[in-house]
Amino acid sequence: MNVTVILLITIIILVPLLNVLASSFSGSTALAEGGFIFFPKEWSLDNYRAVFKDTSIWKAFFISVAKTVIGVVTHVFFCAMVAFALSKKDLRGRKLYTVMGIITMFFSGGMIPTYLLMKQLGLLNNFMVYILPQLFSYYDVVILMNFFRQIPASLEESAQIDGAGVWKIFLSIAMPLSKPALATIALFNGVYQWNDFMTAKLYMTNKDLYPVQMKLYEIIVQQQAQSMNSIGNVALSTTSKGIQLATIVVTTVPIIIIYPLLQKHFVSGMMLGAVKE
Amino acid sequence: MKNKEKKKKQSLVEKAKLFVKDYRRQLPLQMMVIPGIIFMIIFCYMPIYGLTIAFKSYTVIDTIDSAKWVGWANFKIVATDKYFWQSVINTLGISFLKLLIGFTTPIILSIMIYELRDGPFKRIIQTISYLPHFLSWIVLGGMIINWLSTTGLLNQILMAVGLVDNPTNFLLDSGKYWWIASLSDTWKEAGWGTVLYLATMAGIDPTYYEAARIDGAGRLRQITSITLPLMKTIISLNFILTISGLLKSNLDQTLVLMNSQNQAKAEVIDSYVYRMGMTQGDFSYATAVGLGVSVVSVILLVTANKITGKINEESVL
Repeated sequence: MNVTVILLITIIILVPLLNVLASSFSGSTALAEGGFIFFPKEWSLDNYRAVFKDTSIWKAFFISVAKTVIGVVTHVFFCAMVAFALSKKDLRGRKLYTVMGIITMFFSGGMIPTYLLMKQLGLLNNFMVYILPQLFSYYDVVILMNFFRQIPASLEESAQIDGAGVWKIFLSIAMPLSKPALATIALFNGVYQWNDFMTAKLYMTNKDLYPVQMKLYEIIVQQQAQSMNSIGNVALSTTSKGIQLATIVVTTVPIIIIYPLLQKHFVSGMMLGAVKE
Repeated sequence: MKNKEKKKKQSLVEKAKLFVKDYRRQLPLQMMVIPGIIFMIIFCYMPIYGLTIAFKSYTVIDTIDSAKWVGWANFKIVATDKYFWQSVINTLGISFLKLLIGFTTPIILSIMIYELRDGPFKRIIQTISYLPHFLSWIVLGGMIINWLSTTGLLNQILMAVGLVDNPTNFLLDSGKYWWIASLSDTWKEAGWGTVLYLATMAGIDPTYYEAARIDGAGRLRQITSITLPLMKTIISLNFILTISGLLKSNLDQTLVLMNSQNQAKAEVIDSYVYRMGMTQGDFSYATAVGLGVSVVSVILLVTANKITGKINEESVL
């Protein structure tokens, strides 16, 4: 009984996903008629050909990769650096720093004041808007701080006696010993960066800097408007529907590729960030 | 008297001296924190200061400081704005459905997964159910639009079963939007929601179950008398967070699923703030809406914490 219900739930999750995958490989006439779940009446790679021919999608893909890679590396390094210093119990001013951090976990200026700030900083239509505001997160600092605290003090002391400075200890002792925490934060931040569309929607009008999610959003909105206006023109709207489906699949592939890695890390990450929800 | 004050002053001076000395000694460490502090001041505290424009009349040529103060004027307009109240009703409607379905499903699902024997089957089920969480709302929105279209998956299934005769596009039917929003959210997040519950259950001492079995307790009895009571804290914590998020809405989801036909039922507070601020450029008004809603959210959080605290005899937060 239990197993049956669980199987049913799994099917409810899986079937729609496979349906999208199958539809993306369907020819345009078969797509217009519908009438299939897994096996379109006519297989075709036309949709993918159209997607890969579109240079703006390639460009968007490149922006997404750049924003994810640069964003993750800088975010993890920046957070780790601050967390390392804050993990030292005798750090002067530590209480003030912690209170400042905790406040940011509960209060924010919201959409409009943040937009005005970005405008003032000249970050509108600037690639750095994907990176700079994402450099720091106090949640991640707390997770890393707890990790750094678990490093035996004797290790650092012996390094200090050997003449190692703060940076040397941070880079060659604290960082390597905290790999699991760093990996968890990197993976979650990576998924966030890849999936993020709001940043572009709010701060980007220059289409050359659109990430792939924003590009996909644009395709979806266009297709919606087309299918609502041009009820007579089925052929046109089904081709763009095919392109939309193929773009959805292409956009999701990187997530699927790192998914096994994610799965390995996210239970520990979830426990580390139990307060995070 | 005077002596005491003198002493106090002296010790303050000494404290300050000690602080400076320590600070100098820790300079390399301090230099590692300072970038973080500067970041917080710029990207977190400046926007909080920017909230003052809710009490001003800000125009494009103004800066936050040069705009004129208008007191509560913006809030007074918000209070009588029927579009704003419609967005509140929509937000609450969707949130309550999410509370009803989206909050309970992970609890039931996690118990069901927990009851499975360890092995590849359990692992495959978990792998599949977590997956949708990692898809972006834009990707999922695009999929939903396809599933719900006239030639889409849902119409095909309903027609095959004989529940409908003519296919309709569900997203164009505003009466169904609340259900679409809450059910699609549950579909995406229910599996992920089990992670924390399953981790909690993994920590339950198995001897409890053995003892219960010896006493003749069946599976269902074991769930109601052992599993659920031991999950009380984590469930109430999640409940508090859900309640405090009642006025929060999913802007990504709304922006991708909203269209001219369903807008009356799909417009939520966040998308209204977006429309008033970003599309129409009425920054002060949009900020007033956002600020008012956050204040109510904090009140909700405190109230929910008090109520569950009374039930649990200890507050969770």
